[in-house]
Amino acid sequence: MEEFAKLIDRLIYTRSRNQKLDLIAAYLRDTPDPHRGWALAALTGDLEFPNAKISAVRTAANERLDPLLFKLSRDFVGDTAETVALIWEARPQPKDAETGPISVGDLVEQLHNVARKDAPALFAQLLDRHDPDGRYALIKLATGAMRIGISARLAKTAFAQAFSLNVDDVEEVWHALQPPFLPLFDWGEGKTHKPDISDAACFRPFMLAHPLEEEAVDMAEYVVEWKWDGIRVQIVGTRDDVRLFSRGGDDITAAFPDIAENFDAIGVVDGELLVRGDAQGDANTQGSAASFNALQQRLGRKKVSAKMLREAPAFVRLYDILFDGKNDVRALPWSERRPLLDRFQPKLQQGRFDLSKIIAVDDFEQLRLVREGSRDAAIEGVMLKKRDSPYIAGRKAGYWYKWKRDPLNADCVMMYAQRGSGKRSSLYSDFTFGCWNEDGELLPVGKAYSGFTDEELKWLDKFVRQNTVNRFGPVREVEKTLVLEVAFDSIHSSKRHKSGLAMRFPRISRIRKDKPAQEADIIATLRNMID
Amino acid sequence: MRAVETALVTHGHADHARSGHQRVYATPETLAIMDLRYATHDAGCPVAYGEVFHLGPVSISYHPAGHVLGSAQIRLEYNDETVVVTGDYKRRSDPTCAPFEVVPCDIFITEATFALPVFYHPPTQDELQKVLDTLKTNAESCVLIGAYALGKAQRVISELRAMGYDKPIFLHGALAKMCTLYEQFGVDLGELIAVSDAQKTDMQGHIVMCPPSALNDRWSRRLPDPITAMASGWMRVRQRARQRNVELPIILSDHADWTELTDTICEVNPREVWVTHGREEALVHWCGLRQISAKALRLVGRETEDDG
Ligand SMILES: [Zn+2]
Repeated sequence: MEEFAKLIDRLIYTRSRNQKLDLIAAYLRDTPDPHRGWALAALTGDLEFPNAKISAVRTAANERLDPLLFKLSRDFVGDTAETVALIWEARPQPKDAETGPISVGDLVEQLHNVARKDAPALFAQLLDRHDPDGRYALIKLATGAMRIGISARLAKTAFAQAFSLNVDDVEEVWHALQPPFLPLFDWGEGKTHKPDISDAACFRPFMLAHPLEEEAVDMAEYVVEWKWDGIRVQIVGTRDDVRLFSRGGDDITAAFPDIAENFDAIGVVDGELLVRGDAQGDANTQGSAASFNALQQRLGRKKVSAKMLREAPAFVRLYDILFDGKNDVRALPWSERRPLLDRFQPKLQQGRFDLSKIIAVDDFEQLRLVREGSRDAAIEGVMLKKRDSPYIAGRKAGYWYKWKRDPLNADCVMMYAQRGSGKRSSLYSDFTFGCWNEDGELLPVGKAYSGFTDEELKWLDKFVRQNTVNRFGPVREVEKTLVLEVAFDSIHSSKRHKSGLAMRFPRISRIRKDKPAQEADIIATLRNMID
Repeated sequence: MRAVETALVTHGHADHARSGHQRVYATPETLAIMDLRYATHDAGCPVAYGEVFHLGPVSISYHPAGHVLGSAQIRLEYNDETVVVTGDYKRRSDPTCAPFEVVPCDIFITEATFALPVFYHPPTQDELQKVLDTLKTNAESCVLIGAYALGKAQRVISELRAMGYDKPIFLHGALAKMCTLYEQFGVDLGELIAVSDAQKTDMQGHIVMCPPSALNDRWSRRLPDPITAMASGWMRVRQRARQRNVELPIILSDHADWTELTDTICEVNPREVWVTHGREEALVHWCGLRQISAKALRLVGRETEDDG
């Protein structure tokens, strides 16, 4: 625990990414199994103890400490774990009790085994055995929310660095392994080969596209597909399991049983998850998809109702194939993978899985026209895929491009502002803006936290502070005087907002200090932009 | 705080001392600090520690508070009742000022800057050893310590000297005058060099000091790869240190920490405690738990200067 506590403490105060990587890598090299594996899981957010929650720590604190002093301290510090770590009043331990810092492995075991009702007592006993740094680290490890500025990706990169491995290789086997990741460390130390994950229904990192910045590419080398506005998914079918993963590797199988139950094949495919409808595409393209908004109703649910399955049936438009049966085909060029996908798709339930159409384009000029036409077809844009590109994790220059249609614009009025997070936590950087309805009332139409330069952000922050008319917790309502030109990819009707509109990817493109608020756009104008 | 005819001033920090009064009673050190900061040369009436004087029916004396050079608690006696106003105070040893003196009284008006159990100031030398250790392993860099211009900066330098650190220490321009004043009052600070007189390479492997406001300022670009440190009681809270982009927190304060505040109340053992300047609620509550009569005294016009 002492080494882990030291690591956490140093990570908190280290700003440079390279130094963070060095610190974590050194810890992973120098710490024995299984402790380092559990610690790594804590950093990547892969540890969970259903019975040992932060509420149990709070209960223990209220029993041991004066509740008001605890509350006042908590209010000041802003974090329960740190507060308890700082003010815990340790009691001398009985003679037969174990004293001194606990090992990470033992800690994990005790947290796994504890019953919910015993969790506060366990925490009390653990806190008694540690100094403030140790207490902080153990509460953070136990309750998950590390809040120390380390992403899962960074921790995995550190692991790769510690053992001179490629981080994408690590990422690939990661999802098939469980903490404390013993096969992973054995592989890292050269004791065994890369773990075999062929039978596990696990996630493989996605291949991603670069935005095309108006540079012409040779169309002889590329194929073109529509860019559909849903979410990218990976479907993994093994002999006895089917899993759906989102781009970040989250398992979303439970939210989409209509997809999982109808995928009856062994292999791994990549596609766009969409909901049936007629908002995206038309007869000339490849229609029959609803807007992103319709799909959004189905995201983030642990369970999905029969009504929802009926009203918003999901399907997947297939882009690519990673495994054909058990064969890893990612190293093959796209031109060889696509025929495999064409032969794979008919094995699947029709209506739930279709193939992303290849658009015939002869040269770049024609591509421009196709892209401009995508607005009429209500499609987000086009994808360019190099014919000879293998399927590689991440964004690799020159292989895949996305070329979105030009954004839409509207002049809106700033209504509310909220502080950002992380580096921007001292600045008001999240803005809600609105447009006028027929009654001359301003209704919110969207929220944006990007698009401006650092200079402009400073100016906006100042504007918010000087024009606040109301405060609601972290939110400030401002004088309705500032016009913001907002760019967005598309706009849809939505029941969730009073204006009946929801913007897709809004960002602030210009601050219109010159424009009076009365001349901002009206809701009806925005409604006409709905595809 | 407004200008008055007669002001009793505990010490020179801006939240305790203002200019423009007709007559100011304070220690000679505090008067000198006020002269330096406000250059107004108010009619100062120097008061030595322990000396008793009278204003009307009230007899008054000043006693060391251990906070910064010249800092005093003020004892007021009237009709057999005594009141002690601590101003800011601490109990730790400080080579730059006289140690706190326990003055028995009926009403004890105490500060409460760090009046929460989260605040504990570790041993001073342990904290400063972190700076020396960092210097050892980072020969190409300098350690840039943010410290308040009055008190904290001189104490850090003085403590480092007492630990045997005798290399020159580089100073931001805003710290120079107060260091000179301390030296005039006999506090030896060793060799000090203005950053403006130094080359980047001179400062490699050395300590540079500046006011906290300059820590993340363009000014620090002239320094060799600075490691940002801050000497303050607030550094006890990680999230606070992170907000200020501090890489090396030094928990070092010129105020009493929680235990010292509560121990001092027990030691002084007054009939009644009035709490001001900080987190009154927690300390009043603590007194209540021990059946010590206490209330919060909210002062108007108070802003903090020496935050920690
Ligand atoms: Zn002060």
